[in-house]
Amino acid sequence: MNVLAAVHEPVNAGDTAWMLVATALVLMMTPALGLFYAGLVRAKNTLNTFMMCVGALGVVTVTWALVGYSLAFDKGSWFVGGLNYALLRGVTFQPRAGTAIPQLLFMVFEAGFCIITAALVSGAVVERMRFGTFLIFMTLWSVLVYPVLAHWVWGGGWLQEHGTLDFAGGVPVEMASGFSAFAAATVVGVRKDYGRQAVLPHNAIYVLLGAGLLWFGWFGFNGGSGYSTGHPGVLAFTNTLLAPACTLVVWFVLDLLRDRRVTAIGAATAIIVGCVGITPAAGYVSPISAMLLGALAALPSYAFIVWRPRTRLDETLDVLAAHGLAGVTGILFIGFFAQLSWNGVANGVLFGNPAQLGWQALAALAAPLYAFVGTFAILRVLGLVMPLRATEREEALGMDVVQHGEQAYMAGEGAILVTPDVGSEVPLAIARP
Amino acid sequence: MVKLVIGIVRAEKANDVLEALYRADVKGLSISRVEGHGGELDRVETYRGTTVKMELTEKVRFEVAVSEAFVKPTIDALCEGARTGEVGDGKIFVVPLDQVIRIRTGETDDTAVTPEGER
Repeated sequence: MNVLAAVHEPVNAGDTAWMLVATALVLMMTPALGLFYAGLVRAKNTLNTFMMCVGALGVVTVTWALVGYSLAFDKGSWFVGGLNYALLRGVTFQPRAGTAIPQLLFMVFEAGFCIITAALVSGAVVERMRFGTFLIFMTLWSVLVYPVLAHWVWGGGWLQEHGTLDFAGGVPVEMASGFSAFAAATVVGVRKDYGRQAVLPHNAIYVLLGAGLLWFGWFGFNGGSGYSTGHPGVLAFTNTLLAPACTLVVWFVLDLLRDRRVTAIGAATAIIVGCVGITPAAGYVSPISAMLLGALAALPSYAFIVWRPRTRLDETLDVLAAHGLAGVTGILFIGFFAQLSWNGVANGVLFGNPAQLGWQALAALAAPLYAFVGTFAILRVLGLVMPLRATEREEALGMDVVQHGEQAYMAGEGAILVTPDVGSEVPLAIARP
Repeated sequence: MVKLVIGIVRAEKANDVLEALYRADVKGLSISRVEGHGGELDRVETYRGTTVKMELTEKVRFEVAVSEAFVKPTIDALCEGARTGEVGDGKIFVVPLDQVIRIRTGETDDTAVTPEGER
């Protein structure tokens, strides 16, 4: 077969150009998440929290290229993909089936999804989990959990076969991260200060800036999930503005009702919740439905965020509320409001197709269950061979100094330079006991 | 006689000290963040190619002016809250005060350091 001819025929330049940009936008979301998370923790854990996201950029990219992509997007079985694309074999300039973009680009676009999902889970365990252990956890999680769920809805797995709709990741990204976070918080346990002392966000500006950058990136995340510049992509792009805006407005009202003041960290949270809610539905519902979804998505997440800190579940940065619950809301919403005239694929209950709701509901049960059980099992096994968390003393000192030997906010005084004598064979006196 | 009890403690134990003082009914106090060195092992940090020994560690300084009867409870609370048993737990200094004046009322000495409603 003439390779060159095959390359030129079906690849569409416009689609490819947009997807190159969308891929970069999605990748930027992970450092943006790092900023968002770093602002939410105490100053002594700033770097460690951010580094868990940076860790995902490294570790998960590697696992994705080696096996993750293949397990998610190779044909395989109803449950998981095969290994035909392992080590990126056969992932070339040929278009990915069903798209007009090179499979290589499709692979790297999807890599960003797996990276940020793994990073999201860190929100449940920050301020106490050991950094090295978290890297190992992400390595396993990005092979055993994410690709399976991505396969179910996008790689030809059972949910996709039966017609479950998930435009940009309600199943593998939002519900997966939320319920994995739930499991991780359960296994790793509460922080030593949790429920005893006020543990407050140390920089609300980071939180707002992180949320803003996440929203910006989400235009690539949702807008790129149609893999083209066609109607689904444009619809998803538009809905990515409309839905979170409505979540914001409803969140303002809820804040006002609760405390007569609109909070900044609440607003940042609302942006995330709105983006999450619209993620699965972005290319399937009309713009007006998207606005309704944005408004509705605020309710369960808001209620859960208010209630959760009264429990012994130290799911520290509320990944379950912001991603898990809003993901469920979005996935179920499709079952009611999907509109063939907008998406060209299927209708929901309100447009005469009740079966769609059934498949959406099944996804909303199966995905959380798999994510929870998978994460729970990985961490339990890891816990048998290595400590999951830092000691109480280290936790008190702060993870930045203990795990990384750095601080986010240096006073600049009291640091004495350890200068090696140039040419001297004597090692630095650094690890003095 | 009014004494000033100064406690310099680990920053991460400041909340525990506050709790202990609260339980001991010691109510008026000031804290400040200070940097100090008390013989603890040096912490080594690396920023790119630069390796440094951090000689100064962040500490929290408590200043509590109390009447004679409260000196012991204050010291006990500082010790209880701040102690980890490792080098670097901090110090307590007790110094006599010549004069204490409550600005709002002009009250002096023992009266000035006794909280409203407990006289």
